[in-house]
Amino acid sequence: MNRIDYLFQTKKERVLSIYVTAGFPNLEDTLPVMEAIQAAGADIIELGIPYSDPIADGPTIQESNTQALENGMSIKTLFSQLLGFRAKIHVPVILMGYLNPIMQFGVVEFCKKCKQVGIDGLILPDLPMSQYLEEYKALFEEYGLFISFLISPQTSEKRIREVDEHSSGFIYMVSSHAITGAKSAISKEQEVYFERVAGMNLNHPRLIGFGISDAATFQLASRYSQGAIIGSALIKHIAYSLDLNKDIHAFIKGVLTPE
Amino acid sequence: MIQVDEKGFYGKFGGAYIPEMLYPNVEELRENWEALVASPSYQEEFQQLLRDFVGRPTPLYFAARLSETFGAKIYLKREDLCHTGAHKVNNTVGQIILAKKLGKKRIIAETGAGQHGVATATVCALMGMDCTIYMGELDIKRQRPNVERMRILGAKVVPAVSGSKTLKDATNEAMRAWIADPVGTHYIIGSVVGPHPYPEMVARFQSVISEEIKWQLKAKEGRENPDLVIACVGGGSNAAGAFYHYYNEPAVRLIAAEAAGLGIHSGKSAATSVLGTPGILHGSKTLVMQTEDGQVIEPHSISAGLDYPGIGPVHAHLHAVGRAEFVGVEDEDAMKAGILLSRTEGIIPAIETAHAIHALNQITFNPNDLIVINLSGRGDKDLETYIQWGNY
Ligand SMILES: Cc1ncc(COP(=O)(O)O)c(C=O)c1O
Repeated sequence: MNRIDYLFQTKKERVLSIYVTAGFPNLEDTLPVMEAIQAAGADIIELGIPYSDPIADGPTIQESNTQALENGMSIKTLFSQLLGFRAKIHVPVILMGYLNPIMQFGVVEFCKKCKQVGIDGLILPDLPMSQYLEEYKALFEEYGLFISFLISPQTSEKRIREVDEHSSGFIYMVSSHAITGAKSAISKEQEVYFERVAGMNLNHPRLIGFGISDAATFQLASRYSQGAIIGSALIKHIAYSLDLNKDIHAFIKGVLTPE
Repeated sequence: MIQVDEKGFYGKFGGAYIPEMLYPNVEELRENWEALVASPSYQEEFQQLLRDFVGRPTPLYFAARLSETFGAKIYLKREDLCHTGAHKVNNTVGQIILAKKLGKKRIIAETGAGQHGVATATVCALMGMDCTIYMGELDIKRQRPNVERMRILGAKVVPAVSGSKTLKDATNEAMRAWIADPVGTHYIIGSVVGPHPYPEMVARFQSVISEEIKWQLKAKEGRENPDLVIACVGGGSNAAGAFYHYYNEPAVRLIAAEAAGLGIHSGKSAATSVLGTPGILHGSKTLVMQTEDGQVIEPHSISAGLDYPGIGPVHAHLHAVGRAEFVGVEDEDAMKAGILLSRTEGIIPAIETAHAIHALNQITFNPNDLIVINLSGRGDKDLETYIQWGNY
C-alpha cells in the first residue's frame, strides 16, 4: 500500500505535512533536513524541486528556490541524494515541482527514479488536470506515484468533485486567494470555505496549505480537514540557521503543541 | 492549416499550464471572450476606439528610397503612428473592453520596456479603471521615461524584485497578483504568450494589422497578398498581427526577425527559435531558452521589447512546420538599420522594429518582390539607447 494511503488510514486528524526546498539552505542539507522533520514529528515530507520561475509560490519559497539553484541543485543531483534515503525515512515523501524541469529531465525517467528511490507522490502545480489525464495518468500509476491536485476558494463544486475523482492520496486545499507565504491569521471568509468543502463528503482527505504558519493556524485548519501543510514559515525559520536539527525541532514542536 | 485547436494548441505548442488557482480566471476568459468580442456592442465600441482613439487605419506607406536601396518594392505598415507609439495599444483597447464587459474593476499587466505598460495605463485612464503595472526592478531603472509616463497616466508601477528582476519576473508577479484577486481583476497580457486563450486572443486583436494590409495593398497594388511580410518577434504580437490573415496563404513568405544580441551563440542573445527548446513558460508549451535542467535563462537584446526567453506558441509552431523563416539580427546591425530608416525615410523606428528592417539584408528576394514590413513602433522611447550607441 502507498505510504500516503496508509498514513491517512491510521491517522485521521492533525496530519502535518512540511514543505522544504531540496538543497536548501545548503546543497547537502536535503537529507539531514528530512531526518529532522521526521524526528520532530511531522507526518509527511514535501520536497520542493527548485525552479527559476515558481509562479504559484511567494517570495519566501522563491528565494529558497533561487538559493537552492545557486547551490547547484538539480533533479539529477536530487535523485543522487535520495538514493537509499528509505533506510532512514519512513514517512511518506512527496515531490513538489513545476513541470518544466521535469519535462527536461524526461517524465518517464523521472517516474522511474521516483519509484526507484522510494517517492510516494507528486504535486505539480502547473500540470492541468486535463493534461494529466491525457498524458500522464497511466504513467504515474505504473510507477505507483500518487498525485494531489489543488483546489482554491474559487474552485467550483463541480471542479472540486473532479479533483476528488482524479486525485490520489489527498487533496491539496489552498487556503485563500493567494500564493504561498506565511500569513498571520485565518479570516472568517476562509473558515466559511473550509466548512463548505468539509461538508462535501469527499472521498479523499484534505490538507490545507498556504498561509499555515504556527500552532494556532495549524489547529484551526485541522478543525476543518485532516491536517495542514506548512512551507514558508519553516523556510523562514531555517534560512539562516546555525543548527538545523535544533531549529527544525523547535519549529515543529511549536506547531504541534496545542495553544 | 495554421489554426488554434479547442485546447489552445498550435500543433505541439500552446495549452494552459497553470496552477489550479488560476483555472477559474482563465476558464472565465476562455468561455466568454469569443462570444463577447463577436457581439455588436463590443464591435461598435472597439471599432470606434480603434478609429478615433488609436488612429486606425494606420497608413500603408510606400517607402520609395528604402525600396531603391534594397531593390524591391517595400511598403511600411505604420503601427508607429498608433497612439502611444506602437502596435501594443490595439491589444490593450481590445482587452479593456472585454474586461469591462466581464465586470472587472481592476487591471494588471506586466511590462518589459514599458511600451505595453504605457498602452495599458493609457486605456485604463480612458476607462477610469484602476491600473497596476508589474515591471522588473532592473527595467524600471533602464526605462525611466516610460515609468513616469505610466505614473502620469495614473497607474501604479510595482517593481518585480524576484529572480532576474526583468520581464519574465514581472510576468510571474502579475500572475501572482491575479491569483490573489481572481474575481475583480483582469490581467492584460501584452503579447501572444501565456495560457490559452491569451495567445489567440491577443493575436486576434492584433490581426487588424494584416486585415488592413490586405485592403490597402489591394487599393495600391491591385493585389491583397505581398510576396513577403517581415516583422520583429519578441513575444510575437506584432508579428502575429501582421501574419494573421496570411498564415494560410502559402505564397506569402513570413519572415520573423529575432534579436540575436551580441551574436546568436555569444551567450548574450534572445534568438529563441535557435536557442530555445520545447518547454513551459508562463503557462504555455513553447520554445524556451533554458538550461539543460529546465531553468529559464535570462536573454539579452539591446531592445528591451525583444528581451524575452520565449516566443508565443503560434510562432514556435510556424517555426516547427517551416511556415515562417526566422532570422537572428544582432544589436549592432539593428542599430544601423534604425539609422538607415531614419535617413532614407525620415522615420526613427523603435529598436525592436529596426530588427525587422535589417532582416532585409539577411534574406534573399527577387527585385520585383512586393514586401511589407510591419513598422511596429517609433523610436522616441529609444532615444537614450540611440544616443549611447552614438554611431550616427
Ligand atoms: C515597438 C515594439 N515592437 C515590438 C515589440 C515586441 O513585442 P511583440 O513581439 O509582442 O510584438 C515591442 C515590445 O515592447 C515594441 O514595443
